[in-house]
Amino acid sequence: MTSPAPVPALEARGIVKTFPGIVANDHVDFDLRRGEIHALLGENGAGKSTLVNILAGLYLPDAGEVRLDGQPVAFDSPKDAIAAGLGMVHQHFTLVPSQTVTENVLLGMSEPRFWLHPGRSEAEIGELAERFGLRVHPGAKIWQLSVGEQQRVEVLKLLYRGARILIMDEPTAVLAPQEIDDLFRTLRSMAVDGRSIVFISHKLGEVMAIADRITVMRRGRVTAAGITPAETSTTDLARRMVGREVLEIVDKAPQQPGEVILAMRDVTADNDRALPALRGVSLDVNAGEIVGIAAVAGNGQSELAEVITGLRPCKGSITIGGEEVANRRTSHAIKHGVAHVPEDRTGVGSAPNLSVADNLIMKRYREPPVGRGWFIDDSAVRRMAQDLKDTHSIGGASIDTEARLLSGGNLQRLIFAREIDTGPRLMVAVQPTRGLDVGAIESVHRVLLERRAAGVAIVLISEELDEILTLSDRIVVMFEGRIAGSFAADEADIEEIGLLMTGGRAGRHDAAAPETSAIG
Amino acid sequence: MIHLRLEPRADAPRLFTAAVTLGALVFAFVLSGLIIWLVGGDPIKSFGHILVAAFGSIGVISDTLVKATPLILTGLACSLAFRMRLWNIGAEGQFLLGAWGASAIVLAPILPAGTPAIIVIPAMMLAGAVAGGLWGFIPGVLRARLGVNEIITTLMLNYVALFWIEFWVFGPWSKGGFPVTEPFPPEAWLPRLTDFASAFPVLGGLTVHLGLIFGILAATIMWIALERTRWGYELRLIGDSPRAARYAGIDIDRKIIVVFVISGALAGLGGMSEVAGVVHGLQDQISPGYGFTAIIIAYLARFGPFRVIVASILFGALILAGREIQPSGVPAMIQGIVLFSLVGSDVLIRYRIRFDRRMAIA
Repeated sequence: MTSPAPVPALEARGIVKTFPGIVANDHVDFDLRRGEIHALLGENGAGKSTLVNILAGLYLPDAGEVRLDGQPVAFDSPKDAIAAGLGMVHQHFTLVPSQTVTENVLLGMSEPRFWLHPGRSEAEIGELAERFGLRVHPGAKIWQLSVGEQQRVEVLKLLYRGARILIMDEPTAVLAPQEIDDLFRTLRSMAVDGRSIVFISHKLGEVMAIADRITVMRRGRVTAAGITPAETSTTDLARRMVGREVLEIVDKAPQQPGEVILAMRDVTADNDRALPALRGVSLDVNAGEIVGIAAVAGNGQSELAEVITGLRPCKGSITIGGEEVANRRTSHAIKHGVAHVPEDRTGVGSAPNLSVADNLIMKRYREPPVGRGWFIDDSAVRRMAQDLKDTHSIGGASIDTEARLLSGGNLQRLIFAREIDTGPRLMVAVQPTRGLDVGAIESVHRVLLERRAAGVAIVLISEELDEILTLSDRIVVMFEGRIAGSFAADEADIEEIGLLMTGGRAGRHDAAAPETSAIG
Repeated sequence: MIHLRLEPRADAPRLFTAAVTLGALVFAFVLSGLIIWLVGGDPIKSFGHILVAAFGSIGVISDTLVKATPLILTGLACSLAFRMRLWNIGAEGQFLLGAWGASAIVLAPILPAGTPAIIVIPAMMLAGAVAGGLWGFIPGVLRARLGVNEIITTLMLNYVALFWIEFWVFGPWSKGGFPVTEPFPPEAWLPRLTDFASAFPVLGGLTVHLGLIFGILAATIMWIALERTRWGYELRLIGDSPRAARYAGIDIDRKIIVVFVISGALAGLGGMSEVAGVVHGLQDQISPGYGFTAIIIAYLARFGPFRVIVASILFGALILAGREIQPSGVPAMIQGIVLFSLVGSDVLIRYRIRFDRRMAIA
């Protein structure tokens, strides 16, 4: 009782966590007071998830300390964490669809021991739900519930186990606007009840509306620690979130774009959950031009890459050099000169247990010199692979090495080497530098600019705004499946881009109105 | 507290994989020996007996190869599908359908009696492969178009095939009400070594038949297809990463159907070789479970076509020895233990086992 400042409910000091090739958390401090809603804001890859996973005991930090009520803790499992009063609601729910709400809440608890008392438990859970405005019927089966209701069940699970600290990982990403209002009311009532909430988001408006305090992260570091909404503005937050650091200097010669290569007209597509992901996108990309797509994850940019490369069905028209490619086979897009550097290097861009050589021929095995009739000419494969390995300096043992043993940078060199070797007219590069070290990032940037100089039309999708600003000739902002704005590189205003990316409505004076989608 | 932790292994060299497989086999035999000893048997004598019964003379070696022949073809069928992670456990049913299809040529009859062997044999091969292929086509289409789990469909189709055979051998093709058919005419018999005994007396009594050559040829063609052709490259790609294969522009659904049909056709050819090479007729107990043993063989061979031949000979020996040693369940027990050891040893190939003492903090 000597200290005037109350002990934080949860506190992290000097957290360092590195993964191969990246520093995910670089001396991060964070504190959560009792009864507050603390927003954790940052782009994807800023280190938010790593931090909360450390707080929740899923990862061990390389350095630093987590304290719960002033006591250092190290949890062995989420079960230990929840026993100490700390629980997390993940983006992907962990519910059993065929069971009821009550059964899901009770699942894994040590009480009741053997006999369930459905009536009694249901009443308890119903009462708890009532108290925090979590509208959901305790007897309903999970599969009958909407996503928003399922989320309430996840919260109920934690409350029923007596969680005093709740970490919510992007809870609004899956919710409809009305459900977001309900969630916010629940969060408020939990805070009033003395519980503390960590609220992860990258939507500025929401954060300003709900948070008592805000911590902003960028590239593993804290750029704003526990500031109040009154001390800041959406513009200020956007700046802290996307930052403005000058990247390594890459030579980007001025260049006049050539003819239109990619033309998309009013393209719509669904995502894997059959929800609309693209809502009428029209976009032109010219030869020798890099168009950067700036968007926060989940706003349709991944689907954009997939419809262009023929991996996802869509409505509308997509032409490559005048040839319609929408809804055709992927091999059709490959034949028409579409190269694709996919987001998931190890799952999509390469076959991990096949050799470097086998991975290098993925797009060229159908035709000579590699494919001869039904057969594959092994010596041609080896010649081509060795040649590509040398010219693109793919490190690692040999062309017989399995691809999964390559470092991230070498794997990305392999993928670029293969895609460039097909002689593309259009290249779609998605998150091409995510997780790479500085040297590898630089080589990726150099390769992209070389292709631009060679007259390839390039669509660059990245969550690294700096990367987009440095490389692009034009910047297109996407939000919720629509094009929210388009800027020439020299007129790009980072704050405005940041606002448009996060659904901000301010400062739309000279940019294209969000509904105006035709660009050229 | 000591924790046992599994860490993914970065690199498992080929030699290591081979050593683990061999180790699993040795482990299985030691464990089997232990069980034999526990029930009062003499393991050394039992294994010695199995060895003599399976490899003790030219005659029994020939018998072992006869037993290995259907195993090779069904083992190849499983290996091909398993390579693409299609769990075709319906080789048994496809084998039976193949046997039925080949029999139909002679018994329906599709070709009139007296047609020369040069026409009858290829027709039976074709019919066997087509019937087996059809039995693979059904689960293949269901899986590719509707996402139906192929393990369930192939397993269930085994029973359908069994009852189909029973219907024909008890009904239309029954010989005097017994569950056997009229024997095939000699034109429908696959040539055996013993058929050449008049010219080479040393071959007398050796029942190895042309089906073994089918098996060896099929293994060779499969190896070439897998390792040297575009088709095999696509199959390896899908087997390793379906998402990467889709990204490379491969039509996976089509491939699933094609692989299932070929897998079924190989097993069907095995059925044909059994009726035309050994039984010379159709009966209800045509297979003692070749199609199921084939699953173990495919695993033991790690889906390699030539290794399938070696593994099939080993299991052919066990089946043959089953007739010789008592109780006859012993070889079946050994088969089961071999499968468990192999599946278990996979963990060692993919993971490194770490023992660590962790202190619970807090």
